[in-house]
Amino acid sequence: MPEQIVEPLIKRLAVLDEKGNETVTPAPSLTDEELKRMYELLVLARTFDQRALTLQREGRLGTYPSILGQEASQLGSALASEKGDWLFPSYRESGVYIALGFPLHMLLQYWAGDERGMRVPEGMNVLPVCIPVGTQIPHAVGAAMAAKYRKDRAAAIVYFGDGGSSRGDFHEGMNMAGVFKLPVVFLCQNNQWAISVPRDRQTASKTIAQKAVAYGFEGIQVDGNDFLAVYKATRDAMAKAKEGGGPTLIECVTYRMSDHTTADDASRYRPKEETEKWKARDPLLRMRLYLEKKGLWTEAYQKDAEAHATAMVDEAQKNAESVAAPDPKDMFTYTYAGLTQRQAREIKDF
Amino acid sequence: MATMNAVQALNLALSEEMERDKDVVVLGEDVGKNGGVFRVTEGLYDRFGPERVMDMPLAETGIVGAAIGMAFYGLKPVVEMQFMGFIYAAVEHLFSHAARIRTRSRGRFTASLVVRTPYGAGVKALEHHSESAEALFCHMPGLKVVVPSSPLTAKGLLLSAIRDPDPVLFLEPTRLYRMLKEEVPEIDYTVPLGKARIVREGTDVTLIAWGSMLQRAMKAVEGFNTEVIDLLTLSPLDEETVLQSVKKTGRVVIVHEAPSMCGLGAELSALIAEFAMLHLKAPILRVTSYDVVLPLPKLEAYYLPSIEKIRKAIETVLQY
Ligand SMILES: Cc1ncc(C[n+]2csc(CCOP(=O)(O)OP(=O)(O)O)c2C)c(N)n1
Ligand SMILES: [Mg+2]
Repeated sequence: MPEQIVEPLIKRLAVLDEKGNETVTPAPSLTDEELKRMYELLVLARTFDQRALTLQREGRLGTYPSILGQEASQLGSALASEKGDWLFPSYRESGVYIALGFPLHMLLQYWAGDERGMRVPEGMNVLPVCIPVGTQIPHAVGAAMAAKYRKDRAAAIVYFGDGGSSRGDFHEGMNMAGVFKLPVVFLCQNNQWAISVPRDRQTASKTIAQKAVAYGFEGIQVDGNDFLAVYKATRDAMAKAKEGGGPTLIECVTYRMSDHTTADDASRYRPKEETEKWKARDPLLRMRLYLEKKGLWTEAYQKDAEAHATAMVDEAQKNAESVAAPDPKDMFTYTYAGLTQRQAREIKDF
Repeated sequence: MATMNAVQALNLALSEEMERDKDVVVLGEDVGKNGGVFRVTEGLYDRFGPERVMDMPLAETGIVGAAIGMAFYGLKPVVEMQFMGFIYAAVEHLFSHAARIRTRSRGRFTASLVVRTPYGAGVKALEHHSESAEALFCHMPGLKVVVPSSPLTAKGLLLSAIRDPDPVLFLEPTRLYRMLKEEVPEIDYTVPLGKARIVREGTDVTLIAWGSMLQRAMKAVEGFNTEVIDLLTLSPLDEETVLQSVKKTGRVVIVHEAPSMCGLGAELSALIAEFAMLHLKAPILRVTSYDVVLPLPKLEAYYLPSIEKIRKAIETVLQY
């Protein structure tokens, strides 16, 4: 008897090819208006990101991690969430916040070193930027446990990178999610690099998606520069989660087009040719070509979308920069629900 | 002799020791090709190869755990923790194993390793990149905690730390990496662990500081007859040097950038109260950061002990 294959291989989901043509998987059903709105959000995210980089160079923002090249992975997944769902971003997730309608000026305020920018608006279930890599993963698992306990029709999405998949938090979180069959989507943006460490130094396995198999649930690879593929994969996974079908690991295969952050210099460790190669796979370009084929895109439309995005970012920058400097007393306000005796003494310095 | 900053001095210590001792290996995140995010390991990968300078998967628990295994086996691992704010996942290994294996095995196994990490605030960094959590580690018997305050002490202390038979947490004040330059000999010299240094002699007040706060303290004491002690090793403490100075001056100001609650200043105060109480002419004063979560850059300057606050404390103990 031949040896049995007991686990299926990992699927790679792609809706559009690099020229914006539909491939094997049919595009998710979206109206023309929805498609255009989503494209405009992609343009907004890129405009915001580029502005943040400029402001950083001018000394008006602190260290900033660019999302260039990852817009489809971030917006495609976040837009597949519904009100009531919970999102757990890492630090490189401007696109997720923008998809949810997080106030842009607050994002700029935060990256300028002012924590008041991370006061998440009421009713928006997205956590503040999480910097210790991978640590947000068990939190999403816990939120999914809570949703299940309360019998809410809600699921969680947790964002992390290829580097994050090496942390114990990833494995522990995935394991628990499998054991309890929880409504959570693990969304890995495999952008090929963790600062200077390439993907193949994070794991010897062929895909990150296949790690789900060991924890007893589905893992799927998605072309992370294909907005529609990410949207479809996430929407399906979230629907499955809410139906009681348990967790999914989605590996978005994408690329970090810029330096790790503004404090990094990628030319020290990665070949230029690699970055060049990925330029052709630009997620905005692909979506644009698709819209063009559907007769939804014109030069004039593009100009409008860009002008609108620029105006929004201008406004955000103006608002962020006109906020009064924080009062030093603000340091004490949120350590605990109330001041301690010691803090009450210390705060008198101001 | 060459003039260099702390990054270069640390780099020199590592390359010299790797040259001398084949058992010394370097591991961490981005320490290889990239030379570390602060460039402390720059050039080591090219010089010593990927077997000795290891870019590790992003896993602090595993990195420190593996380093402990290497140390059991007889290697001398030098781990780079990218920032002190990311060390917490490795605390179990440091506390439960590195610090205890000598005791647990009755000396048969030891964990002679170094965990180097940038620490401290004042560089306008993101959250978790400015931590000053030294007191947590000083609390744990079996671990040593070392903080250089200049390029010269950085090189000499790192060499001592690598050669030390016990696990050493080596805290590198981020603010000092490129702030100061001084002559550093390109020869094998060490600065002993467990020994504080008197940076400035004086008769009226003893000021105790370490790391980046030492620079501030030195500016603050101008015009006062203050003795300044740079601890260099936080654990084990050089109690003798501290007590001797206090018995001479009778007044104490302790400066640190961690919050006051259970900070190392509390231990120093208790030590002085226990063994030099009758020599004191004024209460022991601590100048520390506030007992709050370290703020982001916009408020960071308000958080750290200022020169004025240090001067005020000196004046207070003098006028008591
Ligand atoms: C626990 C922890 N260790 C180290 C760091 C420093 N650091 C920040 S980002 C990063 C690489 C992360 O790579 P990946 O998870 O692939 O995410 P990406 O930056 O590519 O989005 C490292 C090492 C950190 N923030 N947290
Ligand atoms: Mg990555």
